[in-house]
Order: sequence, then C-alpha cells, then structure tokens
Amino acid sequence: MSATETELRELSYLGAVNEALHQIMAEDPDVFCAGEDVGASGGVFGSFGGLQKKYGEMRAVDTPISEQAIVGLGIGAAVAGLRPVVDLMFMDFIMVAMDQIANQAAKLKYMFGGKTSLPLTITTNAGAGLSAAAQHSQSLESMLAHVPGLKVVMPSNPYDAKGLLVASIRDDNPVIYAKTKTLFGTKGPCPEDLFEVPLGVANITRPGTDATIVTYGRMVGESLKAASILSSEGVDVEVIDLRTLQPMDSETIIASVKRTNRCVVVHEAVRFAGMGAEIAAQIQEEAFDYLDAPIGRVAAPFSPVPFSPVLEGAYVPDAKRIAEGVRAAVQRG
Amino acid sequence: MEITNEVLKDLHYRMIRIRFFEEAAGKLFENSEMPGFLHLYVGEEAVAAGVCAALRPDDQIGSTHRGHGHLVGKGGDLPKMMAELMGKADGYCNGKGGSMHICDLDLNMLGANGIVGAGAPIAVGAAFANKYRGNDTVAVVFFGDGAMNIGAFHEAANMAAALQLPAVFVCENNEYGEYTPRSKTMAIDDVVDRAAGYGMPGVIVDGMDSVAVYEATTQAVARARAGHGPSFIECKTYRYYNHHGVQIMGFKYRTDEEVDMWKTRDCIEGIERDMLTQGVMTQDEIDTIRAKVQADVDEAVEFGRNSPFPDVDTLMDDVYTVAGANS
Repeated sequence: MSATETELRELSYLGAVNEALHQIMAEDPDVFCAGEDVGASGGVFGSFGGLQKKYGEMRAVDTPISEQAIVGLGIGAAVAGLRPVVDLMFMDFIMVAMDQIANQAAKLKYMFGGKTSLPLTITTNAGAGLSAAAQHSQSLESMLAHVPGLKVVMPSNPYDAKGLLVASIRDDNPVIYAKTKTLFGTKGPCPEDLFEVPLGVANITRPGTDATIVTYGRMVGESLKAASILSSEGVDVEVIDLRTLQPMDSETIIASVKRTNRCVVVHEAVRFAGMGAEIAAQIQEEAFDYLDAPIGRVAAPFSPVPFSPVLEGAYVPDAKRIAEGVRAAVQRG
Repeated sequence: MEITNEVLKDLHYRMIRIRFFEEAAGKLFENSEMPGFLHLYVGEEAVAAGVCAALRPDDQIGSTHRGHGHLVGKGGDLPKMMAELMGKADGYCNGKGGSMHICDLDLNMLGANGIVGAGAPIAVGAAFANKYRGNDTVAVVFFGDGAMNIGAFHEAANMAAALQLPAVFVCENNEYGEYTPRSKTMAIDDVVDRAAGYGMPGVIVDGMDSVAVYEATTQAVARARAGHGPSFIECKTYRYYNHHGVQIMGFKYRTDEEVDMWKTRDCIEGIERDMLTQGVMTQDEIDTIRAKVQADVDEAVEFGRNSPFPDVDTLMDDVYTVAGANS
C-alpha cells in the first residue's frame, strides 16, 4: 500500500523511527536490534522503546560498550542470514568501529566475489545543537559515503525517517542510517502503515526557479526557512532534500541546476572535503554550461564542534547564513 | 575419549591436504605465478585439521590472514582455491579477494581476513545467529596470538561470553606476531590465562598434535552446543615459513635451531608414526594417500594456471547487492 493511500497522522521524528522498528520486527522475524542500552531501557533517546518488552531479549539486545563487536555482531549475523539493526549511539562512535564498518561490512560482498549479501543497518545519531561538544556532535557522512559498499541515509522529517528506515532495513547492503538529534521532537505527517521511501531518490521539498539549494538532514528545515526569507526578497529558491548521500540522486540535482542555473550546497558537516565538494564537482561536470554563478557552499567551519552554546550557535549553519549564501549566488552576474 | 582409526585417517588426510596445497602455493608464489601477499599455514596443520574434524558441516568458522589451512580443513575446493590465489576468474571469489579474503560460505567458512583480529567479532555474530535461531550450530573463531592484543578481539570474546553464545575460540599461538616474538608483546607465558578474564573455560593443547586439538575441540563444541557458552583453546604451534611468503629476507628474527626443533615435532610425521605403530595404516597405504592428494594439488595448480583472468568488465560487479550507488 502506498503512503498516499493511508491517512497521515502527525508523528514525531523519533516516534516515526520507533514505529518503523516495531512494525518491521512484527513483519520480519529475522530483524533484531542490538546495541548499548537498546534493550531494557529502549535506547538513550528512546528510539528502541518497547521493543524488548514486546519481542524479548534476543531481538532487542543489550550489548557491552563495544562498538567494534556490536558492528561485527551485525555483520556475522547478516552473513548467517539474519537482518540486523545495530546501533552506535552517536555518529562520533562510528570512528571506534570504523574497521568493522569500512574494512569489513562495506567490502565483504565484493571480496567474496558476490557470494553473500549483507543486509545490515547501522543506526546512529548525528549533529550538533545539544552542547554535547566535539565527541558527541559530529556529522561524518562524507567519510562514510566515500567508502564503496556502504549506503548512507540522513532523514530530515518524520515521514522520511520512517520510510527510509524501512527501506534501509529491507536493503541487502550495509546502510548507515543517521538520525539528527535536534530533529527528534519535530512533528510531521507520517502514515501509520509500513511503507518505504526508496534509497537514492531525492525529494524536491520546495520547487523554485532562481536558485537550487541541495541539502539533507537538519539543514533541510533551515534551508526552507532561508527560502521563505528569500521569497520575500523576490528570490524563488528550489530546495532539494537528498535523503540519501550514497547512493546520491545526481539526476535530480543536475536537472534542477539546469533549470535554475545557480546552486548552493548546504550541510552541517565541515565544509572542507564535505558532501558539498562532491556535489559541486558533479554539477560542473554535468551542467557547466548552465551555470550563471560559482556553486556556493554553506557548511560548518573546519573546526571541532565547540561546547559552549554561543560558540556552537556560531558553528552550525542557519537560515540566515544560508540566505546569505544564496544571495551571493543570485547577485553574481 | 576414544579416537577411532577413521578419525586418525581423517586428521591425517586433512593435514596432508593442507600441507601439499600450501607447499604448492609457496612454489607458485616464489615463481611469481601468484600475486599479492601469501601467509602460509605450513607447520600449523594440526590445528585446522583437529578443529575442523570435530565440527559438523553447518558449524561456522571465522578465519585469519593465514586462512588457507582453515578452508582446506573445512573441505575447501582446491582448484577454486588455487585459482583465487592466482587472481583468476574461476577462483572462489572470482579473483576479487585473493589469499586474504578467500571464503566458502556453502562450507560455512566465513572468510579469511586481512585485518588482524577483525574476524573475531564477525564469527561471534554468526554464533549469535545460531542462538537466535535456537539451533545447536557452533561458530569457531580462529585467531593468532597477535590478535589477542587488538581491541576487536577483546570486544568479541567478552561479547560472546556476556551473551553466552555458542562459540569456540581457538588460538593458534605460533609465538610470533609477524617478526616480533610474543615475549616482547605480552607479559604472560600462556595466552589462555586471559580466558578466565572473560569467564570462559580455557585449555592448553599441543598444537602440533591433531588428536589433542580434536579432543579439546570436541569437548568445547559439545559445551557450546549444549548452550553453556564459549570456550577457549590455546594451541601451541609453529609456522615453518616466513610470516609472509616462503623465504626469510632481511632481518633474521628466529634461529635455525628453533625452527628445526619444531620440525622434529611435525604434526604429519607424528600422526604417520603413530598410525604405523598402531597398525592403523601401512606405509603403502600412507604413500597411496599422499600420492592421491599430491595429484589433487597438481590438478588444482593446473586448473589455476588455465583459468582466465577476470574480465575487466567485472571490476564494478558486486560492490552492492543491487546496483544503485554512484560510481
């Protein structure tokens, strides 16, 4: 059943994640969740709430604080035919498990000559905004998108949070599903039924004619605010929510830029070697003759995420900075 | 524990199959017919043979960078192995993995691994799947003494014990981490001492004696099958050749006397002596088996030589299960 056929209720971003897990575990007995505090306490942010009570200790597993072994547990179980969801509490902790993610999960299928699939979902929580400082606030998606074999998903709203998680778990590849912490309480329409938002299909969240903003995750909301500001100035901005960074929906980006002729990429991750660099490179390869201005990038500065709310506020891009970035592109010849 | 004549013959067969395969691979490597890195298992055959003989086909094994012996021990197909080591299209992994990533998932051999210790968490994941399904299948984690000093191993061992998973941890303690003696990297004499810290029973066995390895594994596997959790077996063994390749080049990190001493305890010579003494096999029967295995290995070498290299059009195959990512 498609999402449009069902009634859309308001659901929080975190509630949508939790509902997806409950429903897919009911549907598929091979799906289980494992990680630190995932079981009895339902996860530090509550996304695994109620799963252990409903499905038992083997399907909502409390593990030691052992990120490498948590991911390895998922890899081995996936090779053995299960469909694991393993949780790394913060995206920063991915670095602790990077060998299992990048050297093992990402490459096993290829190294084994295609003899296995690896239906593994690694859930995690990205982004700044909680004064959680430099080891609990990072957005590391470009590192992951750089590794062949991985898929990388960053939902921006409750509807996508549910649909993309279902698609991630049903996918036969290792998928990093990164929620954004500051979006947990955000409410939005979300179907009650189990549905998928396909990986690799971007969403034009706001059509426009004068410039394209390419973004994802938390920055979608900020970009829409920026578009609203710019609208009052007579600038009509198109906002593309990538939803997934690997695979990336390059076609939608290129088609949009060919229409608007101007583009700004926005992300919360640091600017240097961020997704913006890849997106800008693809645009100049595919749509160079359509560009009326250099492709802009609005992103975090090249520093660790600071602790103090004042510094952190200056670090994370917001609607004001995004609007400035778009103005620079629009005002150019 | 009674060891039948069939078990002795089986252990012997597995060991000579590994030995002859490895000797042939070493020659091909020295002859530049085999690209990449080659970590030979020669000397340690009693461990793979003793462990694998105690397993059922459905039991899984997780392997290491020195993994050929594990795959041969589990019943691996020699021609497909040789072709893979030579980077050929008919290899186990279509030439995508090579020596360090050779695997046979149909035999539940979960793959060699180029990262020391990294196979342990994956094998523990397979053990979890067994418990999850409620079957009595067991996963064996092979690793060397060197792997015990890397974090992934520690995490996996603790996880297996904490979750009471059906796993058997088999340490191939060959006393060297590449070119560094274990005495420089560990402050304990027996690596099994660490088992107690994980809450696992642990035993030391003579890793040059396939019967001893078989007996210890049989007990550990029975314990795991019965739902009593993981065990630890330290096999004291030795590799005859270099960490990588065959000949020692440059720094001489161990003495000829030490190597020769271990060779006097050779696992294949030992079991052949015992079988002759006990009347299990005659010399003629042993010679016949050896000739048959050598013919199988020779055939595998020819198969590898005659197999084509992969078509370059296959380079992007199997990066993902379903195509969809950007190239």
